[in-house]
Amino acid sequence: MNKIKLIILREYLTRVKKKSFVVMTILGPILFAALMIVPAWLASMEDTDIKNIAVIDESGVFINKIESTDYLKFEYITDKTVNDIRHNFKESGYYAVLQIMPSITYEPSAVHLYSSKQPGFAVKSYIAGTMEKELRNQKLRAQGIDEDVLKSIKSDVSIRTIQWDEDGEDKESSTEIAMAVGYIGGFMIYFFIFMFGAQVMRGVIEEKTSRIVEIIVSSARPFQLLMGKIVGVAMVGLTQFLLWIVLTLLIITGVKTVMFPNLGTKNAQEVVAQDLFEQQNVVPAENIPAQDMNELTSILNAAKSVDFGVLIGSFIFFFLGGYLLYGSLFAAIGAAVDNETDTQQFMLPITIPLIFGMIVMMNAVQTPESPIAFWFSIIPFTSPIVMMVRIPFGVPYWELALSMALLVLTFIGTTWMAGKIYRTGILMYGKKVNYKELWKWLRYKF
Amino acid sequence: MEILKAINVEKKFVNHLALDNVSISIPENSIYGLLGPNGAGKTTLIRIINRITAPDKGEVIFNGRPMKADDVSLIGYLPEERGLYKKMKVGEQALYLAQLKGLSKRDALKKLKLWFEKFEIQAWWDKKVEELSKGMAQKVQFITTILHEPKLLIFDEPFSGFDPINANMLKQEILDQKKNGATIIFSTHNMGSVEELCDHITLINKSRNILEGQIDNIRKQYKSNTYEISFNGDPEKFASSLNNHYEIIEKTKINGHQGVKVKLLHQTNENELLSLIIPAVEVLSFNEVIPSMNDVFIKVVQEYKN
Repeated sequence: MNKIKLIILREYLTRVKKKSFVVMTILGPILFAALMIVPAWLASMEDTDIKNIAVIDESGVFINKIESTDYLKFEYITDKTVNDIRHNFKESGYYAVLQIMPSITYEPSAVHLYSSKQPGFAVKSYIAGTMEKELRNQKLRAQGIDEDVLKSIKSDVSIRTIQWDEDGEDKESSTEIAMAVGYIGGFMIYFFIFMFGAQVMRGVIEEKTSRIVEIIVSSARPFQLLMGKIVGVAMVGLTQFLLWIVLTLLIITGVKTVMFPNLGTKNAQEVVAQDLFEQQNVVPAENIPAQDMNELTSILNAAKSVDFGVLIGSFIFFFLGGYLLYGSLFAAIGAAVDNETDTQQFMLPITIPLIFGMIVMMNAVQTPESPIAFWFSIIPFTSPIVMMVRIPFGVPYWELALSMALLVLTFIGTTWMAGKIYRTGILMYGKKVNYKELWKWLRYKF
Repeated sequence: MEILKAINVEKKFVNHLALDNVSISIPENSIYGLLGPNGAGKTTLIRIINRITAPDKGEVIFNGRPMKADDVSLIGYLPEERGLYKKMKVGEQALYLAQLKGLSKRDALKKLKLWFEKFEIQAWWDKKVEELSKGMAQKVQFITTILHEPKLLIFDEPFSGFDPINANMLKQEILDQKKNGATIIFSTHNMGSVEELCDHITLINKSRNILEGQIDNIRKQYKSNTYEISFNGDPEKFASSLNNHYEIIEKTKINGHQGVKVKLLHQTNENELLSLIIPAVEVLSFNEVIPSMNDVFIKVVQEYKN
């Protein structure tokens, strides 16, 4: 069998068989699934107890104005004072007593809610909300603006974005979906580079400190060992991602059918979508519940407008390109040091472009056409992260091609460089290495 | 015929010349000692032979033709600093290393079984390397070095870390390998084992090859006309019997008797010496002192310094 294949296989199997890999693979989907299921579960856990609330309106402004809901029943009491109820509150059967004082029109704190328990937030915000609305309406009326005018003033704008393709055909699109897709793609690449790049580095250090490396390089070429390790670890990463996705989907469908048989698919999607937007803080969260189902489905339909062929293709390309570029650098660092604590000084030049990429990515998600987004999506050290958020918004093919070509060239360059450092470094022990030393190594002939 | 020849090999690191015009030639089916002080360039030479690094100048001839990359599968190398993957199981690891040397999985498995039986370590197959003692790991390492039946074996300080019993076993294995036709390059500081095992040696000092040849010839070449004599009688009488052609360089005890080392200075020979001392004392033994490799080593390196 080919030596590089053997090396890849060993790197892959030893990692996949590790306990930590198995634990991570199982824990990951449970966490992801929890992230998606818990909000849905909480939503379904709404308080369904009927609560009676006595309203003692001393101002007379709110009589019958606070409407009862399915679970909150308001009872307007005129023949009792707060003190009358206070002493036999338990027997009265009320959940709470709402006292509105006459000064309410000019003093916001003139409302008291008495209860034997701490009233829930939902109760409190419902009461405050309706009272605020009522007060505002009354004040507007006092200014001579009637309710119909008020209604006609209330406006709502919702922009439907339509992309024109090259032939001028309409294509439904959604900025939000584009943002979400790009953001997730870019972040996954960032995460993958860091997590598995560090694994490559640790693997190299392990071989060096255990002194097996000299035996291996007397059988296989150092470059074969380097590439075998990088590719093997990449396959571990891909396996892990694949398992995560499959297991997460399995858990979600499983839990959904067992626990919420009546929870429609759309509902779950809504919750997920809502979750996503809330986290991004892109769309004000309160807009979402107001959105009706049609609008939501139109968003989901718009998801189809993203060119998934290009998107998935570029994702795989940048995912692997970025990882290979940084993976070889991580390996070079591992070869240059004797133990993990010495890696700090060399980690900085690798970490900085990645973090830059991350910062620019967050910016590019809002303004994908800005010069800074453009340049950082061309420069190979940040392009895998930044380009990913630009692609869903549509990127000219020449830019994509340029970025990819540069990435490949740089990858070849860094791998060549890393290979040289690696070759010298793996057989060098007990030497404090600095950048000057690394420069020397680059000029060694083999 | 030589299995390996290095011709005018030079290797330079940025501001340090590691090997300066070094040539060695290793006869087939011999045990070849590679000697030299620390930092002399032995490891660099070994790495060049293993194709871990390439020489700047000169060439390496293997089996009568310039060495190729594939030739490493005909070499077994046990480096001085050795180790195995700590988290990997012994059997798995041995199998991996054997396959890297070009054995098929089936052959490797078959051969490993034999060797594990021979060394009585079958029970270690599924143990992780980190559970083994240092000596145990060395045995595993030795097996992986010779498993693919290499034509050329390179051992760098093979006895370090072995207890005397295991060291002896290792010595036997090395001799067995030679018997089976392998050539062995043997780098060590242990001159005792050099005398015991090696046929040829080369001494590398300060990046240069300063001494090369058959070990017996070298030792004869460095003998200093010194004789060791043990006798019964009065040491004073012994001393006074000698004239100024002789010098007593050391007084010792040999098997409970008086002993001296006498150096013959010039215009004399061992017969004359005997004729002088026989009347004075009762001579029990009379031997020419052949310098040990240890003496040769120290002498040559010291001379080179001056």
